[in-house]
Amino acid sequence: MFFIIALLGVSGYFAGLRKSLIIREKNTLHSTPIYHGVLLAVNSSLASILTLVVWLIIEKNIFYELKFFREYLYFLTFIVFSFTATLTYNKIKHEFKARDNLEKIIKLFLLSCSSLAILVTIGIFLSVIFESQKFFNTIPIIDFLFGTHWSPQMPIREDQVGSSGAFGAVPLFTGTFLIAFIAMCIAGPIGLMSAIYLSEYATKNVRNFIKPLTEILAGIPTVVYGFFAVIVVAPFIRNTGEQLGISIASESALAAGLVMGIMIIPFVSSISDDVINAVPRNLKDGSLGIGATKSETIIKVIIPAALPGIIGGLLLAVSRAIGETMIVVMAAGMSANLTANPFEAVTTVTVQIVILLVGDQEFDSPKTLAAFALGLVLFFITLILNYIALHIVRKYREQYE
Amino acid sequence: MYNENLITEENIEMINENFIEDEQLKIDISETVGDIHVEDPRIIAKNVNVFYGEKIAINNVSIDIGKNEVLAMIGPSGCGKSTFLRCLNRMNDTIESCKVQGEIYLDNKNILEKKTDVVPLRARVGMVFQKPNPFPKSIYDNVAYGPKIHGLAKNKTELDEIVFNSLERAGLLAEVKDRLNSPGTSLSGGQQQRLCIARTIAVSPEVILMDEPCSALDPIATAKVEQLIYELKENFTIVIVTHAMQQAARVSQRTAYFHLGNLVEVGATEKIFTTPQHKLTESYITGRFG
Ligand SMILES: Nc1ncnc2c1ncn2[C@@H]1O[C@H](COP(=O)(O)OP(=O)(O)OP(=O)(O)O)[C@@H](O)[C@H]1O
Ligand SMILES: [Mg+2]
Repeated sequence: MFFIIALLGVSGYFAGLRKSLIIREKNTLHSTPIYHGVLLAVNSSLASILTLVVWLIIEKNIFYELKFFREYLYFLTFIVFSFTATLTYNKIKHEFKARDNLEKIIKLFLLSCSSLAILVTIGIFLSVIFESQKFFNTIPIIDFLFGTHWSPQMPIREDQVGSSGAFGAVPLFTGTFLIAFIAMCIAGPIGLMSAIYLSEYATKNVRNFIKPLTEILAGIPTVVYGFFAVIVVAPFIRNTGEQLGISIASESALAAGLVMGIMIIPFVSSISDDVINAVPRNLKDGSLGIGATKSETIIKVIIPAALPGIIGGLLLAVSRAIGETMIVVMAAGMSANLTANPFEAVTTVTVQIVILLVGDQEFDSPKTLAAFALGLVLFFITLILNYIALHIVRKYREQYE
Repeated sequence: MYNENLITEENIEMINENFIEDEQLKIDISETVGDIHVEDPRIIAKNVNVFYGEKIAINNVSIDIGKNEVLAMIGPSGCGKSTFLRCLNRMNDTIESCKVQGEIYLDNKNILEKKTDVVPLRARVGMVFQKPNPFPKSIYDNVAYGPKIHGLAKNKTELDEIVFNSLERAGLLAEVKDRLNSPGTSLSGGQQQRLCIARTIAVSPEVILMDEPCSALDPIATAKVEQLIYELKENFTIVIVTHAMQQAARVSQRTAYFHLGNLVEVGATEKIFTTPQHKLTESYITGRFG
């Protein structure tokens, strides 16, 4: 069907081209013939595609009987095509502004593409809110946000004993922040220092060698990091702990945090590198020019000048750490402990969302709906973090432009 | 029409074309005309060559710079004024591709030798840049920065004294004394430039290098900085790069004219501006003031 429309469109193009060429023989044209041809083709093809789509939507949702009139659909499409084609064809005159009209159509098309992203975001957001709303109908929002006990088992039958279900999200958030904190303790300093080395000390060759390597780090799938955490880091930490006489769970916040930290090093380093490079050269020269050494210049002038940008970058990194799932699923465990001890197993918001939604579930039990509520809160937290971070970074950029 | 002295792009181009023509006439610019020597030199540069990679930017320049004099360096854009200026405190070290050859003596020590420690050198030969570049710190800390890193003050009182003294000498104290803790960037452009000068003199250098210090300033701020330069020459040797010919005439005792990496002519400022000996110097000076 679309093929036929395409064929028709092409023939429309030639028809428009011919007519406008003929007109041009005698008269000046506002737009070149090609525009007339393309406009004719685009106009009529769009109209017929629209007819098709509208027909199909009506058929699927409103009038199922329309299905029996399918053969008329082709006919209708063809009529619509010929109708718009003739209409446009007749409009081709020497003063007809085909170029401007086409420009408008292109603009509309591009606009609809860019609004698609926004619409999808809004759609996701609304559906999450809607589902969370259902959840909060069963579980009070206060209990959810401030409850300290998380065990999302609902009795399946009314008379079942035992688990009654508790949805206090506090342990999840402490777990999330604990891991993000450990990750930032690793990624912050290391990323920052590697950025300083790369932008201030490294020669061009070294820089050209190291930069791509760190970018490879950024390209490793998170599952692989999770693997690495479970198979290498966690046993290593446990063994070291044993030797030191500390008991460390085989799944610990420390292992997950460490590996996550390694994962975001390139992220922190590349943002800090950009920010440090944006510090104007004349500030550096000013400091060197009165006899400061390189490290004095970096510590006392460059870092303070770049600080807002660096903080912004770190916040972005935190929001990434909070949203990260795979490593934590594999390395941090699933038990919702309310603890600040990095040697214990903890769980995070994202992990719980995964657990809640994996497997056979009814989609209206509080258990699954809880996932949406968690998602909503997470969404807000990262949104706020990103907003603050981007705001700081932008402020910083403006300052030096 | 309303401003004949205005340097338009057109007439710069015209000047440049003239130079190219002159070159075709094979005017010799490899020998410096005028007096490169002075009686009481602080800096003696001998046969200095500077390369950016393969490209030569300064070609065999020799010149003395006297104690307590202001030397102005003029010349068309790209002729190597900044490059030469930056040799005098080894700021060219910060540019990877830049190589400097020759000898530059500061009080009989060749500063271009590898073993020269640039940290004390740059404390002795301070630099003020084209664009005011106060650090993202308070006014006080901007000035205290140098003395602190060089350990010039034993205690807070001494540091205060150095800071106030420098601000005073830069003619800025009266304007900023109630807001020493506000950031240096909150000052106006002209004040910022004087703050940078205060920052430089706070480490009590012997020589101050200034690279177009007024090009980002309005006429009033410029006049203030010029006045300052004039006063500073009592205690410092000053080398200033400038595009404004009147400025060179106002503040300097000697003027050096650079062209395509060569030092074409050097001599007493009045002489350079009234009776230049070299044809290029003359066409540069007259070209602008038509
Ligand atoms: N970092 C650099 N790398 C390569 N070439 C450079 C570099 N800096 C300057 N040059 C070149 O060296 C020559 C002299 O430059 P310099 O900046 O000293 O000129 P200038 O006389 O100060 O000009 P202006 O009046 O425009 O400031 C120019 O041809 C310039 O292109
Ligand atoms: Mg310059």
